Amino acid sequence: MKTESLWYIFINASLINNFVLAYFLGICPFLGVSGKKETAMKMGGAVTFVMLIASICAYGLNALLIAIGAPFLQLISFIVVIASTVQLVEMFIKKMSPALFRALGIFLPLITTNCAILGLALFQTNLGYGFLESIIYALGAGAGFTLALLLMAGLRERLDFADTPSVAKGTVLTLFIAGILSLSFMGFAGLGG
Amino acid sequence: MSTRTKTTFLAALDKSPPTNDFIKGLWRENPVFVQVLGMCPVLAVSNTAENALVMGLATTFVLLMSNTLVSLLRAFIPRQVRIACYVLIIATFVTMTDYLIQAISLELHQALGAFISLIVVNCLILGRAEAFASRNTTGRSMLDALGMGLGFTFGLLCLGAVRELLGSGSLFNVVIFPDHFQEWVVMMLPAGGFFTLAIWLLIFNAAKKSKD
Repeated sequence: MKTESLWYIFINASLINNFVLAYFLGICPFLGVSGKKETAMKMGGAVTFVMLIASICAYGLNALLIAIGAPFLQLISFIVVIASTVQLVEMFIKKMSPALFRALGIFLPLITTNCAILGLALFQTNLGYGFLESIIYALGAGAGFTLALLLMAGLRERLDFADTPSVAKGTVLTLFIAGILSLSFMGFAGLGG
Repeated sequence: MSTRTKTTFLAALDKSPPTNDFIKGLWRENPVFVQVLGMCPVLAVSNTAENALVMGLATTFVLLMSNTLVSLLRAFIPRQVRIACYVLIIATFVTMTDYLIQAISLELHQALGAFISLIVVNCLILGRAEAFASRNTTGRSMLDALGMGLGFTFGLLCLGAVRELLGSGSLFNVVIFPDHFQEWVVMMLPAGGFFTLAIWLLIFNAAKKSKD
């Protein structure tokens, strides 16, 4: 039973309620860096990594805030802790693996203002997930984000060769594709029951 | 013809700087249609006109307060930690708004869910703090915030009205279409948000192009 519900959390976060296509979180990188499959993959990896860390931090913080009776500080402490953790991770990666640092490049600091990260922290608190559940939820959300970004990048690479009206080029076309992707992801609604 | 007189009217207003700060956010630099900033709430809570209006006003309030405070404190905030300071200021006002909406209407608060808290990471607010309020006087920053906020609300309403009208045949919960109207369920779904925004942007692009 326990493993089944964990599996459901993963499927739910990645496919049924995909962060990008159902909750509209992380639209900015979705529209911005979905031009090439390679960058999309890197961005997805970086976001999943930060999500995992943010999720663990948020779990600990929430327990602490409830213990000292200050839930109104939730939002402020979440954003400050996430921002500083990303900064720390960035410094750590720079020191430990310069190659990985160069590969992630500008994406890492940008992730701080990605609403998917803060959204994840808030959702898992609202849903009352435990430690293990939070981690699975973060992994699922990250996988869903990467999947959406990769799909979009693949479609846009093909679209570069298509003859599209000039008024619709860029954001407009991307939004139309996102709408169709979102519709097709609704087909997953029956999964997991 | 009427659009032409309108543009010359706006152009005349542009010459006086204080009004310009206010006017530019409404149309020429509209955050939704021209800058395409802060898309998450625009798509997520625009399923009814009411939600869109409340979200727009909440964002305007946070934008106004944070722009005011940032411009007041701009001489005291060290450059190196300015972003962190802005985020703290914004998060404080967002928490206030969150509790305020909860006090006024629990129903609305549930409808908007976590998206009120997510105003913190709306790039529009941080963008205005960094690009405008940190280097302009308090009065001008307030005007800028009001203009941008109302422009954002206008954009949200454009989406919310269309989606509610087609998705449930009503506007602000008032039934508009007769009973036999077949509702476009897709408009209330996430996909409807993407499509509606795409079509609005298409119209804006086409209008801009025909003017050039």
